[in-house]
Amino acid sequence: MSFLLNCPNCGPRDVNEFACAGEVTSRPKALPDLRGLTDYVYFRRNVAGVQREWWYHRFGCEIWFLAERDTRTNEVLKTELPQASAGTSSAG
Amino acid sequence: MRLPEQLNERIDRSRPVRFFFAGRVVEGFEGDTIGSALFASGQRVFSRSFKYHRRRGLLCCSGGCPNCMMRVDGVPNVRVCTEPVREGAHVHAQNVLGSLEHDLLAAVDHFGGPFTPVGFYYRTMIRPRSLWPLYERFLRNVAGLGRLDKHAGRTRRFDTEHRRTEVLVIGGGRSGREAARSAAAAGRQVVLVDERGAPADGAFEVLAPARAIGIYEGGLVPVDAGNVLYRFRAERIVVATGALEQPLLFPGNDLVGVHLPGAVRRLVDEWSIKPGERAVIVSADERGLAVADKLERAGTSVVERIDLRSAPPRQLAARGSRGRLRSVVVDGREIECDLLVMSGGRQPAYSLLAQAGARVEYDAERGIFVPSDLPSNVEAVGSAAGEQEPAAVPAATFEGAEGAGRCFVCVCEDVTEKDVKRAIAEGFDSIELGKRYTTVTMGPCQGRLCHVPSIRLFARENETDEKAIGTTTARPPWAPVSLGLLAGRGHEPTKRTSIHHRHEEAGATMMWTGFWRRAHSYEHAANEALNVHRGVGVIDVSTLGKLLVQGPDAARFLELLYPNRFGDMKVGRIRYGVLGTDAGRIMDDGTIARLGEDQYYVTTTSTGADTVIEWFEWWNAVWGLDVETVNLTGALAAVNVAGPRSRELLGRLAQIDTSNEGISYLDAKETYVAGVPCLILRIGFVGELGYELHFASPYGEYLWDALLEYGADLGIRPFGLEPQRILRLEKMHILVGQDTDSESNVLEAGMPWIAKLDKEDFVGKWALEHVQERGFREQLVGFEMTDGVVPAEGGQIVLGGRPAGRVTSSRLSPQLGRAIGMAWVRPELAHEGAEIDIKVNGGFARACVRLKPFFDPEGERLRS
Repeated sequence: MSFLLNCPNCGPRDVNEFACAGEVTSRPKALPDLRGLTDYVYFRRNVAGVQREWWYHRFGCEIWFLAERDTRTNEVLKTELPQASAGTSSAG
Repeated sequence: MRLPEQLNERIDRSRPVRFFFAGRVVEGFEGDTIGSALFASGQRVFSRSFKYHRRRGLLCCSGGCPNCMMRVDGVPNVRVCTEPVREGAHVHAQNVLGSLEHDLLAAVDHFGGPFTPVGFYYRTMIRPRSLWPLYERFLRNVAGLGRLDKHAGRTRRFDTEHRRTEVLVIGGGRSGREAARSAAAAGRQVVLVDERGAPADGAFEVLAPARAIGIYEGGLVPVDAGNVLYRFRAERIVVATGALEQPLLFPGNDLVGVHLPGAVRRLVDEWSIKPGERAVIVSADERGLAVADKLERAGTSVVERIDLRSAPPRQLAARGSRGRLRSVVVDGREIECDLLVMSGGRQPAYSLLAQAGARVEYDAERGIFVPSDLPSNVEAVGSAAGEQEPAAVPAATFEGAEGAGRCFVCVCEDVTEKDVKRAIAEGFDSIELGKRYTTVTMGPCQGRLCHVPSIRLFARENETDEKAIGTTTARPPWAPVSLGLLAGRGHEPTKRTSIHHRHEEAGATMMWTGFWRRAHSYEHAANEALNVHRGVGVIDVSTLGKLLVQGPDAARFLELLYPNRFGDMKVGRIRYGVLGTDAGRIMDDGTIARLGEDQYYVTTTSTGADTVIEWFEWWNAVWGLDVETVNLTGALAAVNVAGPRSRELLGRLAQIDTSNEGISYLDAKETYVAGVPCLILRIGFVGELGYELHFASPYGEYLWDALLEYGADLGIRPFGLEPQRILRLEKMHILVGQDTDSESNVLEAGMPWIAKLDKEDFVGKWALEHVQERGFREQLVGFEMTDGVVPAEGGQIVLGGRPAGRVTSSRLSPQLGRAIGMAWVRPELAHEGAEIDIKVNGGFARACVRLKPFFDPEGERLRS
């Protein structure tokens, strides 16, 4: 990987400065059944195409942001700071 | 050997340069390369070939072919034809056993032929199996080129530099410079990279000698400039890499004395050297034939010119003796000569363009591969784009003659026409497979000389055309690059606390914990542990992660992150917390002190600090709560003063009442200690009365010294990480990552009180509920050996001959005089006094399960 990523804070930077925390998933709103929990914790869609994912500017401003990246070409279509109201969250 | 002074020569005859080669002194001039100086001194053989150890000479003399690779001042595989002379340099031939003239390994050339076809090491040497180790030793000895200097890592330093420019021009020839000039004239910022050493230009920056080694994803162009690797990002990349002279395929085409036109041109023009006495020229283009004029001027008689465009011969072969060219046979006619200039036309150097995503197609009319469909940010100019003079399409190979040697397709890997034919006959008829099987194009020239000829040969043998065969995928590196340059400077990050030097002065044994350097022990771990039990000890715990969590939502934020409850905590109190994931896994632990209504001070483990901080920030980004986290890990130092006499010591230095009423167990108080503003946390990781002092790290040494000075009469001694590990084990305090792994949760780890499952939500709640529902699979317990032997950490616990658990920690406790430890065991064994067998040294040792801390089980000493 050697593409550039547009940090919402710092502008375009080498991808090596960032850590990718994988695709954005949705944390269940209430107690899920075992299958629902397992899906949330362990399963990913792993799309061949545009994926919304979490990135962290680890060797930079240390901010978390969201990116839309085409997993086939590494083309980054958009980066943005998460909205406070998003309600979507991710698994660790 | 030098000609009289020429008009445009590059050498400065008033400045001689001397260097050493094969035990003799060679003299050249400033402006020479090591190769040209050697050639001028009469040297004609520059290397022995990769496999057959055949003599090889300056074939291309422009840094493309592998024939002149030598070891220069310890650096292997230096192409001496382009390496400038250096006073006093030590130059050695490589890939020889003996000398270039008498190489013992040349026997392979005479006898090895039938036994060493392509891929022979997979076939000939595979049986009998039992002999493989012997074969392997031999093969490893003769394989590869050059020998690495094992100390080179200490003598050379490589750096990486990130650079940006608007326009990056690769190649400093006519077209490249024109492109650079016009871009600069249009007001663009331009950098031109040239491997030959193009002169500086006022209008734009020139990096030379430097080589672009590839075009990677995102338009990244790494440029090798010797000791610096530039990682270029350019808005526009202009590729002006020119064209590559192609050799002809005929028997004897690797003899010393066979050159490409460029080699002859440079020898005569740049270094004023007469390349031979009698020359024959065989050329597919005007450029090759034009060398005749240069040769005549240098005093070489051109005895034959063969123009492949008008009268291509059927037969072309070179004969030689002792590896040197003696004559050329053309259609039955033998012509004596010592120089053969061959040219199969020029091929656009499209590799970088192909790497960038361009399509490469065969132009049958011109007989060359031409790039097209370039990505929008990449441009090709000049010969690289296919703009060049017309040339004949040479035959794939020429008919041989009696006494002529092998016909080489690839001089890097010694692949002959016969090898390629054989590979095709064996079924490797696609160029991609054939390439991998024969290794043609995979040598140091990276296909510069062999790519197109091998495609022509494949086309002929498969009875099709070059278009149908197509090219192989172009991959970086386009130019050879040293591994040292790719590795860059040796980065071994080290974190030291502000008290680090005091530990070294005290003679501590230091150890790594993550990137931190910490004191393992100062003299004797057991004694240091005992001193904490009996008097007072002090340990540097500055490595702990330290976070300030602040804001109206601080309590809510922590309650969502931790299984614990924090909203009900009084200001000035401390609680132990275990951080978990939504999988229920334990990821870290530490203490949380409430400093104010909206302010908490969180500590993490030393090695988990960075992960926890990222974790906090991430959830904060997800939830968007009104809370801020500040990382104070480096800003603050911390020491733990522990032991029954720690209160007395602190009483002398702290500005607060240090009685049990003044600051009781799990109290946090801000005050001055020895004049330094401190946050005191009364906690007890090591199991004795203790105070953790957190303060600004610049005061580290001062406060450390003050504690040792004022505690001297109390018997204070510093203790290291190892005694701390003994002490915490006596209390069954877990170490995350040591006693827990990726499956551990707080319930099975024996800390059910941590998880407040009645809270509406927290990270990991659902997983813990599931664990409770399914029942425990294993539990973390303490154990005590009955016979005092200390089992290995990771040791197996066996019950009735079946595995029943594993040891995670074990130590001999000097305080208790017993071997103790912690282990994961099956739930039916997790009761006080259960007997377990632990594998020790091939046998078994008996142990008893303990659920309560081995030392001070009721925590009276902690609270006293």
